[in-house]
Amino acid sequence: MEYFLIIISAIFVNNIVLAQFLGICPFLGVSNKLSTATGMSLAVCFVITFATVVTYLLNQYLLVPFGLDFLQTIAFILVIAALVQTVEIVLKKVSPSLYQALGIFLPLITTNCAVLGVAITVVTKEFTFGSAAPHMLNLAESAVYAFATALGYGLAMVLFSGLREHLALCNVPKSFKGLPVALITVGIMAMAFLGFSGIV
Amino acid sequence: MAGRRFSLITKGFLKENPTFVLLLGMCPTLATTTSAINGLEMGLATLFVLVLSNIAISLIAPKVPDKVHIPVYIVVIATFVTVLQLLMQAFVPEVYRTLGLFIPLIVVNCIILGRAEAFAGKNGWLDSACDGLGIGLGFTVSLTVIGIIREILGNGSFFGWKFIQGDGILAFVMAPGAFLVLGYLMVIFNKIAKK
Repeated sequence: MEYFLIIISAIFVNNIVLAQFLGICPFLGVSNKLSTATGMSLAVCFVITFATVVTYLLNQYLLVPFGLDFLQTIAFILVIAALVQTVEIVLKKVSPSLYQALGIFLPLITTNCAVLGVAITVVTKEFTFGSAAPHMLNLAESAVYAFATALGYGLAMVLFSGLREHLALCNVPKSFKGLPVALITVGIMAMAFLGFSGIV
Repeated sequence: MAGRRFSLITKGFLKENPTFVLLLGMCPTLATTTSAINGLEMGLATLFVLVLSNIAISLIAPKVPDKVHIPVYIVVIATFVTVLQLLMQAFVPEVYRTLGLFIPLIVVNCIILGRAEAFAGKNGWLDSACDGLGIGLGFTVSLTVIGIIREILGNGSFFGWKFIQGDGILAFVMAPGAFLVLGYLMVIFNKIAKK
């Protein structure tokens, strides 16, 4: 039950883009076409889940026991950068077709603040789901939370790119062209997602 | 020379405004501007890291091998962010709590790595400091402006001074308002800049 609540909450109620404002740059940058948006979502999904598990373990078994929590920011960003590089190398070897599909999106993920954001959130924030008391997430819950958050990212991204493909065909006033109208569209989407608040 | 440095500082406000022209650092721009004071604090925090990392990077850049320069820059930036985190926890713990996650996330703010790549890596330390100051001030001003607008519409107050009793339009303090305000501000900015 708790996992179910975590998933619903992370995908809809606290959607990472529309409610938490993380990962906006790639969200606006690569959402012009549905196919690239899907590719980016897949890559992010993979990296967020993997990075959260690794940084969680690193924090739990290395930083906290030695009182090095203040190094979190530096350690996490290095781990994420190394991880993205590793994923790239492994993917190139194991599944060249997927590597081709993800293309330039993989290296870009290092600077996606959604990855670092989720990694820091799960080790610093207390969560409350349903009637349970506020508590820190354990490893399995963190992994589920990270995966669900990434799914939420994918959902927002795919929906938005669908809208944007239609938007490209519309006759938009000159000063609204490009990013402004995109931002206003996201604003309206975020308003729609506000409707989910309160269900968990 | 002095004139050039002065223009390095002033260009951040309009010509190379990081928010409205370069479109960098969108996440903190949207997330922390729920009120004018929050926007101002976030801008100043970014300014601090930007100036120091620009100076440090301009000094070490000639010695850093080309292949590893991005990871090196990121570590330098992360170091200054950690310094900022510790300073804020010690002296302004309330501000640190309000801005929360977005202070460590300055590491991945594209403005900082962008300036390191585009400017500090190729210029002297004084010029880089001026560049950081200019872009940082431009960022601070944009964040404060967005914060002021959202606070007035969403809460009926200006820097905490409440001039409309009762609730404002709540949506402007919440997520949708951030996107809408930034979107419309960009439209106005485009209109003015294109003239």
